[in-house]
Amino acid sequence: MAQITLIEAVTQALAYEMKHDASVVVLGEDVGVNGGVFRATQGLQQAFGSERVIDTPLDELTIAGLTVGLAAQGMKPIAEAQFEGFIYPMMEHIACHAARLRTRTRGRMTCPAVFRAPWGGGIRAPEHHSEANEHLFTNIPGLRVVLPSSPGRAYGLLLAAIRDPDPVIFLEPKRIYRQYKEEVADDGEALPLDVCFVLRDGSDVTLVTWGAQVKETLEAADALAAEGIGAEVIDVATLKPLDFDTIHESVRKTGRCVIVHEAPRTAGFGAEIAARLAEHAMYDLVAPVERVTGYDTHIPLYRLEMKYLPSVERIVAAAKRTLAAS
Amino acid sequence: MSIAATFEIEFLQYLDADGKLVRDDLPAFARDIRQLVDLYKQMLFVRVFDAKAVALQRTGKLGTYASCLGHEAAHVAIGSAMQEDDVFAPMYREYGAQFLRGVKPREVLLYWGGDERGSDFSGPAHDFAWCVPIATQCLHAAGSALAFKVRKEPRVAVTVVGDGGSSKGDFYGAINVAGAMQLPLVAVIVNNQWAISVPRTAQTGAKTLAQKGIAAGLECLQVDGNDLVAMRTAMDYAVKRARHGHGGMVIEAVTYRLSDHTTADDARRYRPDDEVKAAWAREPLKRMKTYLMSLNAWTEKEEEEWKAECATRVDAEVNAYLETKSQPTEAMFDYTWAELPADLAAQRAEALARDKTTH
Repeated sequence: MAQITLIEAVTQALAYEMKHDASVVVLGEDVGVNGGVFRATQGLQQAFGSERVIDTPLDELTIAGLTVGLAAQGMKPIAEAQFEGFIYPMMEHIACHAARLRTRTRGRMTCPAVFRAPWGGGIRAPEHHSEANEHLFTNIPGLRVVLPSSPGRAYGLLLAAIRDPDPVIFLEPKRIYRQYKEEVADDGEALPLDVCFVLRDGSDVTLVTWGAQVKETLEAADALAAEGIGAEVIDVATLKPLDFDTIHESVRKTGRCVIVHEAPRTAGFGAEIAARLAEHAMYDLVAPVERVTGYDTHIPLYRLEMKYLPSVERIVAAAKRTLAAS
Repeated sequence: MSIAATFEIEFLQYLDADGKLVRDDLPAFARDIRQLVDLYKQMLFVRVFDAKAVALQRTGKLGTYASCLGHEAAHVAIGSAMQEDDVFAPMYREYGAQFLRGVKPREVLLYWGGDERGSDFSGPAHDFAWCVPIATQCLHAAGSALAFKVRKEPRVAVTVVGDGGSSKGDFYGAINVAGAMQLPLVAVIVNNQWAISVPRTAQTGAKTLAQKGIAAGLECLQVDGNDLVAMRTAMDYAVKRARHGHGGMVIEAVTYRLSDHTTADDARRYRPDDEVKAAWAREPLKRMKTYLMSLNAWTEKEEEEWKAECATRVDAEVNAYLETKSQPTEAMFDYTWAELPADLAAQRAEALARDKTTH
């Protein structure tokens, strides 16, 4: 079994599904000969031809609208937004059509499409190349929002996303595209799209996160363990629909919860988790819920971006506050 | 300086406003009198339906409705030129085209009457429903055309956009990609001169809307949109060449919105009565009737009989609409996803429990 990175896992999943399902097509800017600016579609055009791996004109609006049209006519399009910061022109087609086609037509038409985008900051990129805006999608009915954080989860969740009969926003944490390799069998096995991943067991505090922040959160759990504090780490990965049960079960055990995400705090997806904890887990909690997030600012240009992103220190400090509170 | 490229926009008209034939190269369909009469009868049916729908709104039996008054020739030409396998991506007033594709009047009423089941219509299952976000349907048609190209199917995607809609990026994106990828897309700009209150002249400095297709590398044609014969001729040509892999086309149908934008609009606020009066002199049914009568193919008696028949048919559709019970509360939830997620199932149960306590 090959050791592969997260982005290689994306490529592997795309290739697997294109090989096994002729209705799968990939479209976007530079996805063809160039294999995408991050190389997520490397080799696909050579393997499957330019009719199935389609370099579109440079217009995100066009990519999104074509994707809806393709999906409505029985194809399974996988659209790439080159960066998350460029996904905004796609929003109308995603919100008003992709997510709505099934309900508008009472199921006569559906939109089995995947919208992929490299997501988040931390790679010293230019302006508009570092956005984390998953919360803009989680509020749209009918849309799945998925954010893998390891090669294995990227492979299994992307396969599931392509096979799902509803549209999926598939955000790829580009900061950890090549962070490490792990063995990922190219066996076509999908992962469930509505189950959180418990990455580490612990009984003192629950750390809930997703995307590239899984890295810092696991490091924070290590640091806490060195001080005798057991932190349970949950990778939400499938934000919408949310598997709240797994989070609740953990908080029942620990009584404490720290939510870590890169997007700005106000009305970020952490607010939804905190609200559900308030609704359903109030009496399980022994300390206020903490959020460690990006600030309510635009992510700064790269000289300051690491000050913006949640750090191990901030996560550890928040966890300790929950312990001090009770 | 030398000339890099030159372009011309042709204008096509067979019947002038007085119903006189102005060309001597009538295509085969137009030499078949029975077919012409059928198309005319179809236009008349659409007009009777439209008047009834407006009346239903005025009497509180229908929500906001977008009238198609004055667009009958363009819409009937589009519907009659397409094959069932083709995909239609309309805006929201192309009933004349949709009826010919099997959509029932009761379904149009159901949609404007606040019920999603109108969009689960009896027309081809691959046709798009009414599309309110302006011009977005153009890209869905282009995506459909791309699917046909990928699967090597001899099918055509036809979309309709207004003069206002032709200002939007979606329209430009659709025709651009159709040119770049040689897609079987026919984009019909039904230029009815008004985008709610904004006139055609305020939309663009371009002399014609048809010429927008030139920049996309598409064939372009401006047509008298009130002339059924010209519109159908243009559509037949566009659909045929697209089906045979010769690429997309932009057709500008020059017509006039004789009604308000929708029943929620009052066009007297922004356009002069004289202009509307002049437009009535060019409207599509009158000239067709005059032409058919000049051929002794249609009489006033037949006109009255057919109108009565239309009224009967429309009344039956209206009754079917009025008798349609509202969907149950759970219908709001049940089509959001293929499978209802647990949290939405809980919200559904909450809404149903509320139903029980309020009844």
